[in-house]
Amino acid sequence: MTKSPVSTSWRTRDDIASRPWGGTLREYDLFKELVVGVVVVGLLVLGLSAVFSSPDDPSVTLKSWAQAQPADFVATATAELGGTSGTAGYGPPYNSTPDASQKLGPIDLQSLSGVRLPIDTATDFVISPLQTLPTAPAAIDEWTKASDAQHAAWTTAYADALGKAPDNDPAKVPPGDYGPVPALTGALLAMAQQGTLDPVLSAKGSFYNTDYKASILFLGDGSYFPGLADAQHLTGDQWGMMNETGNYPGQSWLWLFSALYQVEPFKSSPNADVLVVFSMVILTLLLTLVPFIPGLRSLPRRIPVHRLIWRDYYKHR
Amino acid sequence: MTVDHEPVSTADGGEPRFSTWTGKARGWALRRLPPDKLLPEGQPSYVSSWIYVFGMGAVAALVYIIGSGIVLALNGPTWFHVSSLGRFINSTHLWSVELFFMFMVIHLWGKFWMAAWRGGRVLTWITGMLAFVVSIVTAFTGYLLQTNFDSQWIAFQAKDALNAVGIGAWFNVADLGQILMWHITLLPLAVAVVVALHVVLVRMHGVVPPLEAAASDAQLSSATPNPATESEHRK
Ligand code: HEM
Repeated sequence: MTKSPVSTSWRTRDDIASRPWGGTLREYDLFKELVVGVVVVGLLVLGLSAVFSSPDDPSVTLKSWAQAQPADFVATATAELGGTSGTAGYGPPYNSTPDASQKLGPIDLQSLSGVRLPIDTATDFVISPLQTLPTAPAAIDEWTKASDAQHAAWTTAYADALGKAPDNDPAKVPPGDYGPVPALTGALLAMAQQGTLDPVLSAKGSFYNTDYKASILFLGDGSYFPGLADAQHLTGDQWGMMNETGNYPGQSWLWLFSALYQVEPFKSSPNADVLVVFSMVILTLLLTLVPFIPGLRSLPRRIPVHRLIWRDYYKHR
Repeated sequence: MTVDHEPVSTADGGEPRFSTWTGKARGWALRRLPPDKLLPEGQPSYVSSWIYVFGMGAVAALVYIIGSGIVLALNGPTWFHVSSLGRFINSTHLWSVELFFMFMVIHLWGKFWMAAWRGGRVLTWITGMLAFVVSIVTAFTGYLLQTNFDSQWIAFQAKDALNAVGIGAWFNVADLGQILMWHITLLPLAVAVVVALHVVLVRMHGVVPPLEAAASDAQLSSATPNPATESEHRK
């Protein structure tokens, strides 16, 4: 005989849980229950849909951004040219910026893929789109002939000047040694405002495209798009990964994933993402393997919620 | 041509023995899951609790997810922005998913507190967890497929976690074509297969008895004939 008559082990042994039930039965109509279930759930689904509908906020475009906040657009385009934007410094899989990848102790999973989805922000986000214009700005020539050091000097000077200008307005920037940068960013702004940047940024001149990573990353480097997300309680520090637009439940099942981002040591770690994912994998494995883990698997015996669940049975013992 | 492949009775207990692979497979399946176990007309007396509703509720919600998903798929991912019928179908898709997860999570914790992995049911528990995880990934790809502000932002935000663990290079959340394929073919298929396996395993093992069930319980020791199965035995 086992020590405890109430075993919560996964093993098949000679006990009541392992043998086919030899006790009393009750009538139980599987198909009827399924049909009733389908009808009830159907009514719930139709009711909830009729009352609450579903959220559908229109997408942001480069055009809407350039029209709503031209100063932010120009500042972002300058950062893309100078290689100082979030995307430019991201590391794998977009580029090989040193020390940009997240690490789990000594393990660098992020770099294992290498640069598989290469993005050169200056070329891909600014220069190449401008080259699709019927008359490409002459400033492109000046830019491509200059050295990297010269690029950096120009963009830093222009970024500083933009930061100091009233309302960060490019029109109010005093003259300075910015090289072709104002002309390039100004031309890109005009292109975006006319709506001709949207179709070329991700598609890169081909007819079909399904990969929007360039446009998404460019949008994300600015402050307009993240600002809209912030207003919709969607950013990471607002539990955003489980929320959706409007007052809808969203992916509430990701609550623990979101919660970890709100607490230390994750919150302020430069490796927050990899640490959170790793923790979630461990926790999910623990729950999956709980039948094998002594202690954890006895929780149902220690905290007898089962008395409530099987109240009927225990009443008639 | 007539094939004479009557099962040969074994000496012990008269269990049929088959000689072909097909016959052996059938014999194995019939032994593990005889028809009256697959589709029973009765259940043990302890199967009388509200908690048993939620597994079936999740199955029912899944029916609506797949149904509404098919209508959405036939019309393409941008249909619901421009059609009010599309918007309504999209709403039913969203709400059946919300209900599905609600039922599934209640079901999960119910089975946890019942320690429902006991007595050789561990694979039922594991396939349940697998269903949970695969469903989460499926729902995530669905959110990425909305082609609206929400999906733009989710793509921007979610890339970081995926890139940090090295998956983002292959699973590119901003690639609508890739995400569409995952969401409408591979992942639903995986959910359906895992759930089917899960339910078959439940039927194979029978519903787990109460934690404190003991041989001395009235419901186990009573020899009263059972109304639910009696008719079957008489046949
Ligand atoms: C896709 C989601 C799921 C569906 C459609 C589903 C469906 C079902 C159904 C219909 C049953 C039998 C009726 C019942 O006891 O409720 C069942 C039993 C069971 N489920 Fe699930 N399930 C799902 C997810 C899960 C999860 C996430 C877990 C836990 C990790 C789980 C663990 C179990 C266990 C252990 C049983 C056997 C219960 C027993 O013997 O009493 N299931 N499931």
